[in-house]
Amino acid sequence: MAKRIDVSGLNAFYGSHKAIEDISMTVEPRSVTAFIGPSGCGKSTFLRTLNRMHEVTPGGRVEGKVLLDGDDLYGSGVDPVNVRRTIGMVFQRPNPFPTMSIYDNVAAGLKLNGSYKKSELNDVVEKSLKGANLWNEVKDRLNKPGSGLSGGQQQRLCIARAIAVEPQVLLMDEPCSALDPISTLAIEDLIGELKERFTIVIVTHNMQQAARVSDRTAFFNLSAVGQPGKLIEIDETERIFSNPSVQATEDYISGRFG
Amino acid sequence: MSITTVKPTGTPGGKSGPSELQGARLPRWSPYVIAVGSLAVGCGIGLAAGLDSRMQWGLIAAILFVAVSYGLSATVEGTRQAKDRLATSVVWVMFLLAVVPLASLIYETVKRGSKVFDGYFLSHSMGVVADDEAGGGIYHAIIGTLEQVGLACLIAVPIGLLTAIYLVEYGRGKLAKAVTFFVDVMTGIPSIVAGLFVLSFWILILGFDFSGWAGAMALSILMMPVVVRSTEEMLKLVPNELREASLALGVPKWRTILKVVLPTAIGGITTGVMLAVARIAGETAPVLLLVWTTPFINTNPFDGAQGSLPLYIYQQYQSGNQAGYDRAWAAALALIAFIMILNLVARGVARWKAPKTGR
Repeated sequence: MAKRIDVSGLNAFYGSHKAIEDISMTVEPRSVTAFIGPSGCGKSTFLRTLNRMHEVTPGGRVEGKVLLDGDDLYGSGVDPVNVRRTIGMVFQRPNPFPTMSIYDNVAAGLKLNGSYKKSELNDVVEKSLKGANLWNEVKDRLNKPGSGLSGGQQQRLCIARAIAVEPQVLLMDEPCSALDPISTLAIEDLIGELKERFTIVIVTHNMQQAARVSDRTAFFNLSAVGQPGKLIEIDETERIFSNPSVQATEDYISGRFG
Repeated sequence: MSITTVKPTGTPGGKSGPSELQGARLPRWSPYVIAVGSLAVGCGIGLAAGLDSRMQWGLIAAILFVAVSYGLSATVEGTRQAKDRLATSVVWVMFLLAVVPLASLIYETVKRGSKVFDGYFLSHSMGVVADDEAGGGIYHAIIGTLEQVGLACLIAVPIGLLTAIYLVEYGRGKLAKAVTFFVDVMTGIPSIVAGLFVLSFWILILGFDFSGWAGAMALSILMMPVVVRSTEEMLKLVPNELREASLALGVPKWRTILKVVLPTAIGGITTGVMLAVARIAGETAPVLLLVWTTPFINTNPFDGAQGSLPLYIYQQYQSGNQAGYDRAWAAALALIAFIMILNLVARGVARWKAPKTGR
């Protein structure tokens, strides 16, 4: 199920502007890797290069290698559609499809791709909603519109939608930044369960969250505004938060940054 | 629904009488009384001065209404409330001014049109009816208009939709800019020019005969830019997050557009198409040049002259006798009703397909 990601020498551009420079790291399978760092340092951009969503942005361009269990995502002849089926993504703001019911939202990945059996669909929807800890709250109103749920429920609906297509890796771009502490707790618990099955990468601005949920933490920084963001270090979360090897990391974590 | 009015209560300390926060206010019913009063005075002045035009009576009443509300409020309530009342009353007067032509147009059309507007009128042609003779109907013109507008839609809607999708979802660089520019230019083409273009190309150069199809081609030229523009705006309103959510699920781009973007925007797109239909259904010039006209029923839009509602109205009016005038008004009523029904259908579809927010 879960796969490892090896990144080497990755640069990403918006038009002629270099957003991130020379990033190399390994994301371990069946673990949670957190990205922390100041705003604008390229965490989200880097996350989006991992499932080829970066190139959806006009002018988006990538150099370097991203290997998923040894296969280069940016190799010639690789279909970005297949990449995205393997590496799912949850966004910062909950974005359920407004025209679809809760059921259809979860089934969207399968239905829109046209490859499903009707009999399997019910099972997939139930399994995904249970996996996202949402089943008990919505099982009686599966045909109601997804946009009628609360923010936290919508975000869990989006997670259910992402895991319904059985990806190998799940990327999460600040999934809790728009949520209250209780919904955040629900999603953090969920991340703890999901890492048994998926490789999870999460971008967060909340240092406590990174410390709570992740096994490994990567710190990104940029030397000045307008300069490309860089990976400063990546290590076991405990080490990053207790005894980081780079001074900048310690400054950022302890709030002495800038 | 019950209306509850909250009465101002005294301060918690039990102090009675107006507090410092309450100023003098005109009673709630005062605008209505001022409106009725100024209307009466306006009519009185009009009668006394012997003004013929009811328009002048109304204008005097409107000016009186605005001035009296402002003056009264300024003396009782103070200048800030008076300015508020001034703005409110000007907005109301302008609203009435805008409604008057519309209401009187519909009133006049219904009043004059309903004289001969009945089942017989809708189901018979002008085949054997002389111009100055009563009777006859618009069946042939309805058939012609429906077929010409329908064919124009068949040409313009797919081209317009696909152009808009190209511009919003794919278009980058020079080609997209050029397409946008030419769509803007097309929006400004006068209908007679579109008619002349098809006339010289289809009928004079290629040598085809007058037909509903030739008219439909000219109408589609007029319709296309409207469809492109409205669809483009609707597609731009679809949040990018939805496209990204779909792409991130591994859905190909074309399926994302077909299954996520278009359904989200379908209500607005339908409204835009219906407005475009309303625009071309009343076009006379291209029809006059390309379809010509006939008093007989011709259900084949690809062969020979056809009737159509706008041209029918023009011809009946031109015939210059009472029977012709009655038919012209009745046909105008039919045309308005046709466009109104289309609009209602569009609103229904828009509401039915709109993204749902209920719980």
